[in-house]
Amino acid sequence: MVSLADQLLVLVMLINFIMLGTSRLAFAIRAVAVQGVVLGIIPGLLHQFSGHLLMITASMILAKGIVIPWMINDAVRKAQIRREVEPFIDYVPTLLLGAVFTALAFVFAQRLPLAPEHRELLFVPASIATLMTGFLILTTRRKAISQVIGYLVLENGIFIFGLLLTDAMPFMVEAGALLDLLVGIFVMGIVINHINREFSSVDTSRLQALREE
Amino acid sequence: MMYLLVLLPLCGALLAWFVPDNRVRPLVLPSIAIPHLLLSLYLIGRQTEAAHGGWIYLDPLGKITLLAISSLFTVCAVYGVGYLAYRQERSNRVLCLGLLICLAAMSLVTLCQHLGLLWVAVEATTVSMAPLIYFNRNARSIEATWKYLMICSVGIALALLGLLFLAYATHVAHQEATLLLPDLLKAAPGLHRSWLHAAFIFLLVGYGSKMGLAPLHTWKPDAYGEAPGLVGALLAGGLVSCAFLAILRVYQVCLASVVELAFFQNALIVLGLLSMAVAAVFMARQHDFKRMLAYSSVEHVGILAVGLGIGKGALFGVLFHLINNGLTKGVLFLSSGNIHRSYGGKTTEVVQGALTRLPWSGGLFLAGFIAITGSPPFAPFVSEFSIISATFATGNYLVGGLFLLFLAIIFIGMALTVLPMVMGTPRSDLADSDYRDSLLTVGPPLATMLLMLWFGIWPPEALLQLLRDGAALLEVRP
Repeated sequence: MVSLADQLLVLVMLINFIMLGTSRLAFAIRAVAVQGVVLGIIPGLLHQFSGHLLMITASMILAKGIVIPWMINDAVRKAQIRREVEPFIDYVPTLLLGAVFTALAFVFAQRLPLAPEHRELLFVPASIATLMTGFLILTTRRKAISQVIGYLVLENGIFIFGLLLTDAMPFMVEAGALLDLLVGIFVMGIVINHINREFSSVDTSRLQALREE
Repeated sequence: MMYLLVLLPLCGALLAWFVPDNRVRPLVLPSIAIPHLLLSLYLIGRQTEAAHGGWIYLDPLGKITLLAISSLFTVCAVYGVGYLAYRQERSNRVLCLGLLICLAAMSLVTLCQHLGLLWVAVEATTVSMAPLIYFNRNARSIEATWKYLMICSVGIALALLGLLFLAYATHVAHQEATLLLPDLLKAAPGLHRSWLHAAFIFLLVGYGSKMGLAPLHTWKPDAYGEAPGLVGALLAGGLVSCAFLAILRVYQVCLASVVELAFFQNALIVLGLLSMAVAAVFMARQHDFKRMLAYSSVEHVGILAVGLGIGKGALFGVLFHLINNGLTKGVLFLSSGNIHRSYGGKTTEVVQGALTRLPWSGGLFLAGFIAITGSPPFAPFVSEFSIISATFATGNYLVGGLFLLFLAIIFIGMALTVLPMVMGTPRSDLADSDYRDSLLTVGPPLATMLLMLWFGIWPPEALLQLLRDGAALLEVRP
């Protein structure tokens, strides 16, 4: 089962590249949803079946696979935008950067003092690579929606690391974190809508009225 | 009893949602805040027992933060009734709802002994505050909200990664992975050093961005500048206190781990001094007085960080300053909200002679300025003085010297903005406004100012004992 989990993590890393390479927002939203669902399945492969596990898996898939994509899609529809235009760094260079970061993640994970049972697994490199991808999307894209997607990818990266430690994170904390994420995305969706109404665009590089003279 | 601290504001939020009338709805705020304050005082005064498997427990550090938060919220709630009466043009449903949910989340922060739950509560305060910054519904406030939301969310996400590292450190040490504070404190000496190191860096960056330590403070001037006065007060006094409590919890783990303490303290001192330096630079020639208050908040989180970094004798001052900073910022933000309302602007070009036009609000703003810059006889003087004297007593002359230098520059910079605002005569071409100082908009900040005077001259023994208990938790290795 653990080897299957490793293969799913490879899939997660491939999805990172899809998100870095695409300019179509609807596609990126679907990709981040798939990534969330894949991550929701992994705990089920690692642990014995229990009610606690079922709850986590179900709520993860429901939140990251259905509710969050629906909320972002809703914001996209209201703001009537289809694609990302002119990111601060173009798609091919960000893809290359993503590849470099992923390679570095593997090198870095080798050097970490991991517990012996985790050394051969992909969890830590996949976590760091996804985290860096999230940062890359957050910093290089202009549209507010792309930044929300970047934040979600970042959160996914942290979640992968959390998979190593499901014992330390009781259900209450896990559910609380997921609820915070849901409400956070909900609020971000509303704010995006208002940005669009106020600026007739969701280009965050236009948000520059507030600064020191 | 402790659960009531969280449930009471949540019930209030539900009530606020269902009250249909825009004029009646703000009354929910004080009717929840005052019982909340009384309940807090009751709980602070007695020994509480750990509940829910040790997850929920009100220790002295939590009590100090709870005192700061609950009293500030009560002041803001009473003020809110008066303030929102002037803002009937828009619905205050989301504002009242957000304020009460935020109070529930902040109360939960003070009760948490499980670092994971603490993280959830801190994140909840971040999200619940976001719609409130956007109360004014204009382009500038939406920009501020977006920046606040993105920077704080990403920062808090990094803190979560730090927490996972901390839990992983216990896993690598072949102990049961845990984030429960008492267990962590017991396990800390045996944990793997590099994982602890990484955990503390991420936690400091994460909670530091929430607290507004430079260089992660960039959202602060925007959010404080565009939010209504009472939201600004709660951001500067409430959310900052919560984030600082989170940092105190991390500090407790550092203290227990022994080897990592020096590193964490040095990082705190560097970030603290940097915050004070940034505040000193940007405070000078600041035309927008709300942004000036934001930089003052950056300065004061810097003071808190430096004090915590010095440790030992400064800890008492740090905890006292946590309360003083929150309440004094309350006075400044609420009175500046009044001035903003009356002048219809928040730049020094428009606002002149506030003492003539608004004797009460202008006077309170001036008194708040005197207090926040650490002048006697107000309480921030006592706390800042004890931090500085501890800095010199422990032989950190360079840190102490820079600290004093920045304080002096900030005093001058702030005076250059505040004095022209309150002194002189109002411009003759000023439009008349419907705002008049009234009991509800002036009374709460006035009461807070008197409280600061009381704490500065004759602090009650119970408070001092509470602060000593809190400092003892941060001084003695468990």
